[in-house]
This record gives sequence, structure tokens and C-alpha cells, in this order.
Amino acid sequence: MDDDAPLLIAEGLSKSYGRRLGCRVVSFSIHEGEVLAVVGESGSGKTTLLQLLSGRLAPSAGRVRYRMRDDVTRDLASLGEAERRFLFRTDWGYVHQDPALGLRMAVSAGANVGERLMAVGWRHYGSIRRGALTWLERVEIDAGRIDDTPHTYSGGMRQRLQIARNLVTEPRLVFMDEPTGGLDVSVQARLLDLLRNLVTRFRLAAVVVTHDLAVARLLSHRIMVMKSGEVVEAGLTDQVLDDPREAYTQLLVSSILPP
Amino acid sequence: MTRAAYNFAYLDEQTKRMVRRAILKAIAIPGYQVPFASREMPMPYGWGTGGVQVTASILGPDDVLKVIDQGSDDTTNAVSIRKFFAKTAGVRTTTHTADASVIQTRHRIPEQPLTEAQILVYQVPVPEPLRFLEPREAETRKLHALADYGLMHVKLYEDIARHGHIATSYAYPVKVDGRYVTDPSPTPKFDNPKMDDCPALQLFGAGREKRIYAIPPHTNVVSLDFEDHPFERYRHDAECVLCAAADTYLDEVITDDRGGRMFVCSDSDHCAARRAAGHHGASLSDAPTAIGGEGGRGR
Amino acid sequence: MYVAVKGGERAIDNAHRLLAHARRGDPAVPEISAKQISQQLALGVDRVMAEGSLYDRELAALAIKQARGDLIEAIFLLRAYRTTLPRFGASEPVDTGRMAIRRRISAAFKDLPGGQVLGPTFDYTHRLLELAEFTAVEEPVQTPAETMPTPRVTDLLGADGLIEPSPQSIGDVGDLTREPLSFPVERDVRLQNLARGDEGFLLALGYSTQRGFGRSHPFAGEIRLGEVELEIVAEEIGCAVPVGHLIVTECQMINQFKGSAQEAPGFTRGYGLTFGHCERKAMAMALVDRALRARELGEELKGPTQDEEFVLSHSDNVQAAGFVEHLKLPHYVDFQSELGLVRRMRQEFAAATAAREAAE
Repeated sequence: MDDDAPLLIAEGLSKSYGRRLGCRVVSFSIHEGEVLAVVGESGSGKTTLLQLLSGRLAPSAGRVRYRMRDDVTRDLASLGEAERRFLFRTDWGYVHQDPALGLRMAVSAGANVGERLMAVGWRHYGSIRRGALTWLERVEIDAGRIDDTPHTYSGGMRQRLQIARNLVTEPRLVFMDEPTGGLDVSVQARLLDLLRNLVTRFRLAAVVVTHDLAVARLLSHRIMVMKSGEVVEAGLTDQVLDDPREAYTQLLVSSILPP
Repeated sequence: MTRAAYNFAYLDEQTKRMVRRAILKAIAIPGYQVPFASREMPMPYGWGTGGVQVTASILGPDDVLKVIDQGSDDTTNAVSIRKFFAKTAGVRTTTHTADASVIQTRHRIPEQPLTEAQILVYQVPVPEPLRFLEPREAETRKLHALADYGLMHVKLYEDIARHGHIATSYAYPVKVDGRYVTDPSPTPKFDNPKMDDCPALQLFGAGREKRIYAIPPHTNVVSLDFEDHPFERYRHDAECVLCAAADTYLDEVITDDRGGRMFVCSDSDHCAARRAAGHHGASLSDAPTAIGGEGGRGR
Repeated sequence: MYVAVKGGERAIDNAHRLLAHARRGDPAVPEISAKQISQQLALGVDRVMAEGSLYDRELAALAIKQARGDLIEAIFLLRAYRTTLPRFGASEPVDTGRMAIRRRISAAFKDLPGGQVLGPTFDYTHRLLELAEFTAVEEPVQTPAETMPTPRVTDLLGADGLIEPSPQSIGDVGDLTREPLSFPVERDVRLQNLARGDEGFLLALGYSTQRGFGRSHPFAGEIRLGEVELEIVAEEIGCAVPVGHLIVTECQMINQFKGSAQEAPGFTRGYGLTFGHCERKAMAMALVDRALRARELGEELKGPTQDEEFVLSHSDNVQAAGFVEHLKLPHYVDFQSELGLVRRMRQEFAAATAAREAAE
């Protein structure tokens, strides 16, 4: 088992919509346990990039390769729809900015978390429920809420439930799209803390898209700054944020109000 | 205007060929819903047109046909369909399960075990087991193709979380040949085990929804459940008052307006055969003629 | 005293006799003839032909008589009869541009080549119930026999590029009666489905688009009613041969389209066509046709009329009536199972409640 081999490799990824550019020639790789933040303002192409990486969008050029659990690295484009869906149920997670998109709002929290377990063959109700309870606890949701639907949850709770739903099958790679977007500041802080602990504890690799540099600082090891579809600067998070080279990065960093 | 001269079993030969092609495809892929170009029949959609088209396409002049609805040969729908085939195909009809080569049924499987020489044709209203979880046909087609039955699992989990039971008592979903999740038609879950390893060919026709599916003989059919909440058959815990059967599905008959009830075998042929063999239930002599036949009062 | 409603052949036969008796009504009243229905209840006959998908006035009238005036029942009769008919070919598309016009109006232009020909219409009548039933009928005004060229409004607009061109069919035309519906559908199958769809259903859906549930800003570009020739290509002769005439109603709706940066804005089309004289149906059909093109035209989905699966799966009244009315069939076996489940759950609930109370 070669843990040093990269987990996800993007090679020359580009996406264009007619004459409009989504993103251009993006290349990088991520290893297990590594968190990469992709930052930029709206329209920078960061969300397009996330969609390309997770196979939800087909690239106009370039490719994405992923090292599967059998240690073979495959081109995402070569996977069939069934294989891709299976990947999403087991080895990957995708956390949406709006938790309602990543949850079944009309069914209980327990069902939401248990679904992936059932998808990989769990057939014992008691075990599924116990699995769900374990994860609710890990994301700090009161066990008594297991039979409530997410309709009755606050925004922060829904987001934590979405995270639990994604992590229950212990994926190696999680994509996150503005995971703290739309939440109150105090709720954000708590969520970020939780994410950081989970990432460390379960050795998760993650690609986190965010416009919030503080989120990048707190969660990520490396950072990529995007503007108008291109990667403007990349490197270790602390280095780039403390000592930005590019003018645009300097602008971004300086526009954060000091605490 | 001259009376129309109908082809054998009403449908023209081209149509029957089309239906049989769909049937063959269905047999080749157990539990998979094969689309077919259902025709308008002289009975309304929802009243058995799918079953009728399947039966019409497989009937030959030497077949013996039995038609049941709710387990009985005598219900209006069964009578109407049996008459239809007697008129348009001239085949022998029977009420005896053992004598039939083709049995068309609505909502029940006969109590008597079927043989390899028989075909059971089910009338199906809604062929898609996921329909009430996902209304879109385009989406459910994809889910079946990808064997993505998460929706169904979630529903079953939710039932237990909410009710302590899987809250499905009829049309209980099954997995056929380890691959497709299938709707057995609105038969009571009591009948599900009969589908497993059945020697007879089981064909399912949904006319309005335009789907045919099949379970070949001796196919593995498993009702969906959890290990710790296993599938349970349900029957009312009593003996048939006419024939004393303790292992058949029973109909509840309200006898008066003071809460009086009696329980009778749903499968009328099976009950009659037991009575003919000398089995007598508690109230055979009290039953109205329409239920108990000549053995009851009012003869 | 309980009487088993398990029916029997005798009960059904008796019910049929009762039905025939009810159908006849009071024997002292003259029996209505199919011919009278065809002549004097012509619009009912037209609807039955349109939704029955069979052009035969005689049969449609007969069906209405047999159905005691229940038009959906009559449509069902016609459809079932249609199943028994052999198909021996497909006709050439009818050319409504060469229609022998009986009625032709356009709301988009005050006047136009061919003129506004009002024809026989309820449109300008006052809906006052005429209690004097049998009144003398005046001879209609005779117009000169010359036929004026009557180009289609949409062709006139199209010549200037103001309206999108009429979609041409590519490849084989689908057949709804030979292939089951499968989504997404192309225009050919969509229009077939709508042509035989229930008028009430399409009317309501079309109406909803006018009230904001997916608006397409329609104008009645043209409605024309008249005779068109039906032609079939006879292979032995090698050319098209006329086999008869049909009366059809055609409606072309002109709808607004917000042009994009790449395309100059232009009007879009909605199309409706029926057998016989069915204006309301043709208009509703055109509205719904246009609404169902929402995805194709990149429009926001705002109402059920734009939902292809919703509309096309439920437009057929023969299917709808069958399934709704099938609830009258016995369901006591399935119901029995539900009864058992509910009784059991109630028992458990009562036991749990009792246990809880005992513990307190």
C-alpha cells in the first residue's frame, strides 16, 4: 500500500462554456490526510473546479485521476456512472453549502446517516441505528434527535448532519463547497473546530472551496488562489497568507479586517 | 354494420408477437420491467388490461384458463375476464387451480402449490416499486439500472424508526434473482414466500403503465427486510369457518351491524376442495349461500 | 342481514340488462339515432373522434349513443375499437396551408390575406338559454364561391424571420400507439400525446400558464377550421393518392421568447391540431405544447404545465378514468392486510400506554 502516492491528481483541467471560461489549465495533486483550500471571490472558477474534481462536470480539456481503494489510479472519465455513484457512496464525500441539497429533508436523521451503510450492504437495523448514533455523537448532535427530520434542525445542525452522512462510510476524500457559508459566526467557529478535529482524527483528504480566508487558514495545509478561472498563486497556507507574492493575493489578504 | 370478427383471444397476431417478445425479454432479465406498447382493450385501464394482454398472447387452443380476483373465481372482475376469453378464444375455463394451465390473478396467489406446467399471470396496477418514493419514471429507470436502491432502504429504516414495523402489508417489495427490486403486485405479503423458487412461470402485466416483467421458474425471490426485523407473513389468526383451514389467507366478512364477523378462506377453490374432502369449519351450516355454497343455509 | 357482494355471472347479466333499459329511457319518447347525434350534436362527435384517435363520424356517434352521452366512455369505446383495426400504412402529412377554409381568424392582425372568416361559432352569441326549443332556422348568407389564397400567419411572419421556423421532423416519426412513452420525448410524440389528451385537463393546464404558472405570453396567431385532403403514397403507382377528406382544427399560437446574447429575439410557436371542430382543445393544446418546450428554450420552470412527465403521463383520459375508477374493484384482500397491521399497531400502542401508566 503506497501511502505516499497522491490520492487525487488534476492535470491541465479546463472548462469553458462557449466563449466564457470556467477555469483554465489547473493542475495539482492531493495526498491522504491533506487539506487543500481553493479560495477566490465569486466568479473565480473555484466552484467549477470542485465540480470537475468530483466528476460532476466533464472537463473541456485535461483529466482527473484518483487512486481507488485497490491502489490503482484511474481516470475519472473512464469510470461508468455506476462506479462513480459507488465511489460517492463509499470513498468520497461531498458537503454542499446548503445542507438541504446534501440531505433527505423529509426523512429522519438516523435514516440520513444510515443510508450509506445500507447502500454498502448493512442489513441489521440495530447496527445501522447504532452506527448513526455514533456519528451523531461525533458531530455533536444530541442522540435524542435521531428520529427527527432535518426540517426541525437549525442551520448549523443540518450542516453537521450532512457531514455525518458523508463520513459514516469513512471516505478518504471529501469535497466541501463553502461548508460554513450562511451560518452565524459563532456557529461557524464551532463547525470549523469540528471539521478540523474530524479531518485530523480520520485522516481525511479534503478540497475545501471557500471565499473566507479564515476558513482556509484554520482547515487547510495548502492553498490555491483563483481569479477569473486561473490559479494565481499556490503553496502552503500559512506561507501564502502570511507572505503573499501576487498582487491579487495581497489584495485578498489585506481586505480582511484585523481582529 | 357487421359484427367485428375477432382473432383468437382478441389481439391480432402482430400484437401478440410484440407482447411475447417483451415476455421473452422479461424472462431473460428476471424482475426487470420491460416497456411494451399496450393496446386499448375492451375493459378499462386499471381493470386488468395488462394481465389480459399477457394471457391473450400466451393462450393456445388447448390451454385451460382460470381467472381469479381477490382469490375468488366468482368476483365480478374475474367473471368478466373469464367470459371475455371464453368468447374470444373459446378455451376451456375452470375454477380448479390444479386443472388450469394458465391462471390470471388479481391480488392473490392460489394456496395450492403450482407446477412446472402452469403459468401465473398477475394483474399489476403500478409496476414500479419505487414509484411512491420517486414519481419520475426517468429517475427510477436510472436507479434500477445502477442498482441504487437507497430510497427503498431509507423507507424501510424509517418505517421501523417510526412504527416499529415495516409498514407495508401488501405489494411488499422483493429482490428477484439478487438483482432487481420488484413489486409483486398488490398481493398480501402473506403470499410473498410462494414466489420464491416457484415451479411455475410468473408473468406480470401492467397495461396502463405499459410494462411487463417476469420471474422464471425456480428463481430466488427474497422479501426486503432487516436481519433483526425479518419479514413476517401476516394472516388473521383464526380458522376458516367453512373448511377449518388454519394456514390460508382469510377474508373478513361482516355479518351484521352489531360487530359480527366471520373469517373465510380468500381462495374459494381451495376452500371448496377442502370442504369436498370432508373438512368442516365451525359455522359451515350458518354461512349464507353466497359464501358457503350448497353447504350453507338457504339451499 | 348480510348478503355477500361476491357477484356472480347472473348479477352481471342483470346489471347489463338494467343498463340497456336505462340507456333507452322512457319508451314513449322517440329513440335517438346515431345520425341525429352526428348531425345535431356534432361537436360532441368531434371531441370523441379527436380523443378517440379515430376519424369516423358514424362510429363516434354510435359510441356516444351507446355511452348514454358520457363522452369519456364513448372515447373509450372508440379507442377499444381502434385496437381491432389493422393498420395498412401511414398517410402523407396533411397540408393545412391548402385547407378549404370554413372558419379562419387571427387575433394577431386586424386584417390579412384571406380575411377574417368567422364561420359557424359561438364566440359572438349571447349565452342566453333558449327556452323555445324548436325554432325555425334561417338560411345562411351566401358568399361568392371564389376561394381566396389564405396563407398561414406563421408563414407570413416566418418570411421575415420574426418567428422561429416550424420544426421539421428528422428521421422516423414516433408512434405513441406502438411504442410506450419514454422520457424525455421529442416533439412528434409530445404532439401525438396532446392531440389525444383530455380537453379538460389541457384546458386547465393551458389556463394555468396564462395565470402565471409558467407564462409564455401567447397570441392566437391563427385558428383555422376546414377540410384537408388525406393522401397516401401508393407504392405500386409511386406517387401520392388522395383517399378522402378530413375536417381538422388547427391553432398556431405565437409566443414571446427572450432572445439571448447570441440570438436576435424572435417569436416562438405553440401548435395544436385536432380532428373535427375542437377549437378550445386546439388552443389549449398549443398553449401546453409551448409550455412543455420550456427546457428546450432554456426557460425557468415555474409550473406543472412545463413538467413533461407530469403532463404527458396524465393527459390520457382513458387511462386516467380506468385507474381512478378501478378503485371500485374489490380491494378487500389488500385492505385486510392493512387492517391487520393497523390493529396490531393499535394493540401495541395501547399496551405501551398501559405499561407507561402502570409505571407512573
